[in-house]
Amino acid sequence: MSLLNTLARLEAVRSGRAEPLATVRHRHLSERPMVVVPVAAAGEEGAPLAVLLGTDRLAPRLFIVPQPLNRTQRFDFLAAFAGELLPYLESFADAVEQIEGSEKDPESGEKIPVVRELCADAPQLIVPNPGAVRHLALLGRSTRFRRTAEDADPGPYPAPPQVPLLGRWLTHLAERAQVPGSSMLLPMTGLLARHWATGQSHLEDQHLAAQLAWHHPPDGLTGAEAAERAETGRDGDGRLLHPPAGPLTDPRFDSQVLAPAITRHDAALAALRQAAPADTDRAALHVKRALERLHEALEAELLPTWRDLWQGLDLLRGLPPAAHLPERWEGDRWSYTGHRDRVAAGEPPQPRRDDAVTAARKLAQREREQARLDIQEALDDPLAMAGHRLAGEAFSGTVTEVVPEYDTSGRSPKPRPLVTLATPDRPHADPGREVHRAGGPPTAQRAEIVAAAPGEVTVRLLSGMGRKKEPEPGTVPEVGERVVFTLFELTARQSAPLPEPDDTPWTHGGPPGAGQSSPVGSEEWE
Amino acid sequence: MNVSHPAQADPLARRLAELRGPTPQRSLDARALAALAANPGCRRRAVLDAAGVDKAAVAQQLGRPAPFGQSPFAIARGNVFEARLKDDGYAALLGPLRQLLGLPPEGGTPPTVPDLLPRATPAVRAERTREVLAAAAADLDGWTLLDHPMLRLTVAGSLAYLEPDAVVVHGGRCTVVEIKSFPVLDSVADPAKVGAAARQAAVYVLALQETAALLAGRSAAAGPYQVDEFPGSPALTVLLVCPQDFSNRPTAAAVDVRRELATTRRQLARLTRIDQLLGALPAGTTFDLAPDSTGAPARPAEELAAAVAAVPAAYSPDCLSACELGFHCRAQARCADAVEQLGRGVRGELGSIRTVGEALAAAEGTGSPVPVPIPVPAPASRERDGGADPGGPTDPGSDADPGSDADPGSDADEAAARLAYAAALRAEALGRPVR
Repeated sequence: MSLLNTLARLEAVRSGRAEPLATVRHRHLSERPMVVVPVAAAGEEGAPLAVLLGTDRLAPRLFIVPQPLNRTQRFDFLAAFAGELLPYLESFADAVEQIEGSEKDPESGEKIPVVRELCADAPQLIVPNPGAVRHLALLGRSTRFRRTAEDADPGPYPAPPQVPLLGRWLTHLAERAQVPGSSMLLPMTGLLARHWATGQSHLEDQHLAAQLAWHHPPDGLTGAEAAERAETGRDGDGRLLHPPAGPLTDPRFDSQVLAPAITRHDAALAALRQAAPADTDRAALHVKRALERLHEALEAELLPTWRDLWQGLDLLRGLPPAAHLPERWEGDRWSYTGHRDRVAAGEPPQPRRDDAVTAARKLAQREREQARLDIQEALDDPLAMAGHRLAGEAFSGTVTEVVPEYDTSGRSPKPRPLVTLATPDRPHADPGREVHRAGGPPTAQRAEIVAAAPGEVTVRLLSGMGRKKEPEPGTVPEVGERVVFTLFELTARQSAPLPEPDDTPWTHGGPPGAGQSSPVGSEEWE
Repeated sequence: MNVSHPAQADPLARRLAELRGPTPQRSLDARALAALAANPGCRRRAVLDAAGVDKAAVAQQLGRPAPFGQSPFAIARGNVFEARLKDDGYAALLGPLRQLLGLPPEGGTPPTVPDLLPRATPAVRAERTREVLAAAAADLDGWTLLDHPMLRLTVAGSLAYLEPDAVVVHGGRCTVVEIKSFPVLDSVADPAKVGAAARQAAVYVLALQETAALLAGRSAAAGPYQVDEFPGSPALTVLLVCPQDFSNRPTAAAVDVRRELATTRRQLARLTRIDQLLGALPAGTTFDLAPDSTGAPARPAEELAAAVAAVPAAYSPDCLSACELGFHCRAQARCADAVEQLGRGVRGELGSIRTVGEALAAAEGTGSPVPVPIPVPAPASRERDGGADPGGPTDPGSDADPGSDADPGSDADEAAARLAYAAALRAEALGRPVR
């Protein structure tokens, strides 16, 4: 944690309120996000218990598994979940724009123009916390290999046809969530923590309600008091006043409410099976009532988190969007388009484990995106840039002197003006070090440090001033202007491209065709 | 009472019994012992654990009860998995063990599964386990499966009873088997859970090392990485048995616990220096929770709070998920305005500045007369080294007294200057007036 973040936390301790950590919003927010609160059954990883989801804050849909250990009920739940989620995910598939690009012809090696489809928008899922992301990934892992009745060999327990598709989408979204700066599947705790500091630690920030409590503490309470109430406040029965945001439920809720309700429902089902024909209607009514009770209990447990998520979205929408958001969202749109195409082409589900080539590609992509995110956040947000200034990686100041000088070594002289600025910053700036101007002319501008003393830095501009002897107007800062230079490059450096899978030697995951198709649906599941 | 009789004469044990009062001692279990490693600098936890005080009851009485609980579903799931392993003469459990331990294949010599008197008192069970272990270690040809044996470990002068899930004795060596109900998914398990299981298993290995040394009439190896060669000495690799993928089928993996073993040994060695901590306590301190006629603790909560406050804690936010007193200590840290409430790393970052008030005063330039900016940007690592004081028990008093650092002056100035600089940058970026 940088000292700036610590400082913001210290301020929040004193003010009793969340304090800003960003001046702009650094993550894309969809116009129509799908808010999802998934809950798992305690003790069994990946076993779903319920999910509350929807795009309309006034009309969430709740789906539950009445008996989390029952396979059929679990499939029914997953089918219902898919029935709600897949139409949302697929609703972005049709509106596309055509992007012109070029591709190398595999035979001649020449570049040929191609037109590719790019979906105009992409889905966005908002979940409470990183635990929910992990739970969705587990659901994806447990369902994407399921065989369905439509398969040639459906196996003993065929799943409804949309279940494996749901698994593939969830897997894709969870994978994409690992990419820095992506916005297709976002945990609310992380979103809030990126933009505001609370007067508590990172660990306590993982509790969504506690973190939100710092934003709107009730009258007369400080953020810390409100957060503690959200964490530990209990009613007369010992149940939490504010249920946890999942994916695990409060153990007291499990023992006092959920377990009896499940037992009642199981008993009603058993009674229905054994009921005499005359009593069937009554027994069915009992089952229905027991199911309704379970529904009500889980709905009451999940609704507070649902409201928290929308409140968090309100807070985030209050921030102006950062300038680079559309560029990063385009990456998410490409990712969505690519997965849409893979599903449409009938490709098999994502393998259990990536082969070496895919893993290397993914890692390279994540590193590249992290570098890009850091740079773009710094350019978009003076507070992020302040972190770099504090670390000595950037400096900002007012121009005190501009001396026009020229490089006369070539055929025609080139402008190489000296710019001196007064700065309170202390960059790690040795003479000769290359620096980059942030927020300067539209073309990138490089400079080199000529002299650095406490309070004053002199740089020589090296590029971005046009081709003439005199610099183009506006490309050289004037006396009195505020300028920012960074010691890091302002475009993420492209690493050397990885070889095509076919050209990868066997030592690195080749030869071609080595990636075995993953065994499908052979798992026992009880 | 778990304290054996000879120990009663020991002044240390007497002092610990005084602290505990007449309520029964809570013996340390492997989980509690493993958790000690999480926050070794905390004297409050060390003293309360050594005295066997029921920390959950203390927390309850102080008004900030521990939030821990286990869902009935999780317990049921664990029991179902363990029962399934034991079905049919431990068939499901033995399968993976055969592979990993080089045991006779199925159809060969069946294991001996001795009766370990599961319904007896801990002392009897431990004695029985010792006998069985001695006999099994002497039998070099056969192999023995001990189902829930009871082991003894001396911790800070008192005995702790530990119950591993299973121990396999084969060829004169034994191996700890730890059964957990979290899944191994595509050959990968949650590293945090594996780590916790390894720390817990390391405590069992330690207890087995002591038992084997005792049986051989010698002392256990001094170095944590040395393997004893006594009959029945434990292997330093334990077997973790977990459900595979989403099924109930078990899979086993060997986990090397040498590092965890070293950590646990060091922590326990520290605990035995508990007399130094006790020496610093005011006379008459007690955490007596003896109930009155209504069943609630008889002593007023304020007295208990004062007693708890007499032992300094090393609070960090991790405590909330590991210690029953976490919420109490957090409230105390907040009251004291301590910077630890924001996390362990923050204290290192702020050098010798210990309170939020001081830090903010430094940030505003009112707390320190140092001119800003100072000429050399300090490398971050230097500050960390200077500020991070683990607060070990060898330097009593440093937690409470911010002035006891070796050279607080320059350190504080440097941290203060950096804070003031950070505050100026933050104010500029947020468009607030710069001081």
